Amino acid sequence: MYIGVDLGSRTVKMAVWDGERLVEHRIEPSGFEPHRQAEKMIADYRAKVVVATGYGRHLAAEHFADAVITEIKAHACGIFHEFPGCATIVDVGGQDSKVISLDAAGRVSNFQMNDKCAAGTGRFLEIMAASLAYTLEEFGAAALATDREVQINSMCTVFAESEVISMKNRGIAREEIARAVHSSVADRLAGMLARLGHGEVVAFSGGVARNPCMVELLEKRLPRVRVRVPELPDITGALGAALHGAGM
Amino acid sequence: MATEFEIKPYPELWASLDMDVPRFDKARLMLGEAYAKTYLSQTKRPVGMAYFDNMVAEIHGGRIQELLAAKAEGRPVIGTFCVYIPEEIVLAAGGICVGLCGGSQGSVPDAEKILPRNICPMVKSAFGFKAGRICPYFQAVDFVYGETTCDAKKKTWELLDTMVPTYVMEIPQLKRQRDLDLWLAEVKDFKTKVEEVAGKTITETDLAAAVKIMNNKRKALQRLNSLRHHNPAPISGKDGLLIEQIAFYDEPVRFTGKVNALCDELEERIKAGVAVPTKNAIRVMVAGTPMALPNWKIHNLVEGAGAVIVNEESCIGTRYFKDLIDENATTMDNMLVALTDRYKEIDCSCFTPNDERITQVIKEFRDSHAQGIINYSLQFCHTYNIEEIRIRQACEREKIPYLFIESDYSAEDVGQLQTRIEAFLEQIGE
Repeated sequence: MYIGVDLGSRTVKMAVWDGERLVEHRIEPSGFEPHRQAEKMIADYRAKVVVATGYGRHLAAEHFADAVITEIKAHACGIFHEFPGCATIVDVGGQDSKVISLDAAGRVSNFQMNDKCAAGTGRFLEIMAASLAYTLEEFGAAALATDREVQINSMCTVFAESEVISMKNRGIAREEIARAVHSSVADRLAGMLARLGHGEVVAFSGGVARNPCMVELLEKRLPRVRVRVPELPDITGALGAALHGAGM
Repeated sequence: MATEFEIKPYPELWASLDMDVPRFDKARLMLGEAYAKTYLSQTKRPVGMAYFDNMVAEIHGGRIQELLAAKAEGRPVIGTFCVYIPEEIVLAAGGICVGLCGGSQGSVPDAEKILPRNICPMVKSAFGFKAGRICPYFQAVDFVYGETTCDAKKKTWELLDTMVPTYVMEIPQLKRQRDLDLWLAEVKDFKTKVEEVAGKTITETDLAAAVKIMNNKRKALQRLNSLRHHNPAPISGKDGLLIEQIAFYDEPVRFTGKVNALCDELEERIKAGVAVPTKNAIRVMVAGTPMALPNWKIHNLVEGAGAVIVNEESCIGTRYFKDLIDENATTMDNMLVALTDRYKEIDCSCFTPNDERITQVIKEFRDSHAQGIINYSLQFCHTYNIEEIRIRQACEREKIPYLFIESDYSAEDVGQLQTRIEAFLEQIGE
C-alpha cells in the first residue's frame, strides 16, 4: 500500500494506492493538529510508503511521513495519472489557487500561485457564501440558477465582503451577488491561465472544482478549451502523493 | 555557538544618541536570536565569517563608536539609501558613508502612523527607524542624502527632512547626453555639499585615493562573487548576502582586507573540494530589488530547502560592485566625468529603457552556473514589478527555470513562499 496524505489548510485528505488502483480515500477537517489527524487516518493501513503534501507536509515528515512533495508536484502527479497528456491544471484549494503547466512527461514545467491573500481561493468562496447565508452547496447552485450578473470589483476577501454587504443593502438579489462572486474568482483564474499559457484541456482540481458554477464559468472564459474535473477533485493531491510514493 | 551569540548592548551610547533605549534593546535581542537561528545554525561555514559575525554583534555599538569618533574629528558622516550616491566623494573629504537601516518589519508600524500603508516596505521601514528613534545610524549621521529613483522615496524625503536634514540628488531616468550632463551637475553639487560639511576642499589626490579604495572594495566583492560561482559553491548564499549587506556600513579598507582574506580561504576550500551545503545542491540565482539587513527571507527559505544561492543581481549585490571607475583621469573635471560614467552603468529599473539589465541578468545567470532564477520584488516597487515581465520573457526565451516572488518584510506569506520555492526546486531537480 502506498499512502498519500495531503495536509491542507482546511482538510486532511488521504489516498491509498495498492499499486494498481485507488482502494480508499478519506477527507477530514484539519483541526488544530493536522499531523495527528493525518496519523489517525492512516493508522488502519499497513503502508509501504507514506508521502505527505500540503501545508502540513513538513510537520508530517517530522512525525510519520517517509517523504514530502509540494502540493504543486502532487497535483501534477495526480492529474497526469487521471488525464494522461493533460498539460494544464487549475487547482483551487482552501488557502491558495494555482495554475500548473506540465510537460509531455507530466513534469511541472511552470506554475503560478496566488500571493499571501485569500483572493480567489476556497476560503474566499466560503466567506462570501456565509455572508449571503448560503451553505457551500446552495451557493454554487444559486449562482448557476441565474444569468443576471452584477460586478464585484474587489478580490480582497475583506473588501469583497464589504462590497457584498453593500450590495445586499442596495436590494440586489442574493443569487445575482452569488454569481458575481463566482465570476470574480473565474476571472482571476482565467487571468492566471492567460499569464502562464494553457493547453486545449485544462484539468480542474481541488475542493472548489466540485462547485458546478465555478466549472461552468471557467469554461466560458476559455474558448475552445475543455475543462475536465476528476471524479474526486479534492483528493487529487493525496492521490498524487501516493502515486509518487509508488514511484509513478 | 548559537546560544553564545548576542548583539552587544550599548545603552549609554544609545541614550546619548536620543534613542528609544528600552524598545531598541528588545529589537537587539530579537535580531540576535534571528541571526543565531539563520546564520550560526549553518554547517561548513568558512572560518573567515567570524569577522562578519562580529560586525553583526557590533552593529549597534562598535561601528557606531567609530562613526562618532570620526564626527568628533570633524569628519562628516552621511547616510544614504541608494548605490547611486557616490561614496568616493564622501571618502575623499575624509568622511564616512553609511547605508541606513530599512530592512525590518519592526519599524514599519512606526512609519504607518504617518505614511500610507500601500508603499514600498523599504521606504516604510527606513522612515519608521527614524520616526521611532530605533536606528543608531540614523541618529548618528550629519545628514541624509537621498535620490529620486522612485516616487515613494522622493516624496518621503520631504517628510524625513523634518526629522533629519535630508538632501536629494536628482537621478535622471533616461541616459541621453542631456540627462548625463544633469547627473554630472548633481554630482558636483553633492561634492560641494560634502566639502561644506567637512570644511575642506577635495583635491585630485584625495579623490584619486578614494576612487582606489572603492575600486579595491568592488574588486574584492567581485572576487567573492566569482568564487561563489564555482560549482560546487564554497560558501552559502546567506553568508554571501550578509557580506554584501555589511559592505554598506563597514569601514571600506578593513572590509576589503577581510573579504580578500575570506576569498583566500574559499580558494583553498575549492581546491579541497568543500561543497556548501552539498555537492549536488540546486544552484539558484536571485535577481531584483535589494535585500537590506536583516532581510534574509528568501535566502533562508531557499537554503532551508537544501539549495544554494550563488548570485544576487541586486543593489545589495552585483549592481553595487560590478563596475569600476577608470583611474586614469587626472583633472578634477575629468575625474568626476569618469566617476559619473561608472555610476551610469548601474542598471536600476528606474531607467527607461533598461535593456542592459535584461542582458545583465542572463549574463549573471550563465556566469554563476545557476540552474534557475528567482526574481524578487518588494511589494509596491512598480519599476521592478513591471520590469519583471521582461525578465520573465527573457527567461522563457532562454529556457531558464524562473520564479517571481513579490513580498514584503512580514512573515505572513512564509508558508506560501515555502511551497512555491520548494515546488520551483522540484521543477529544477526533475
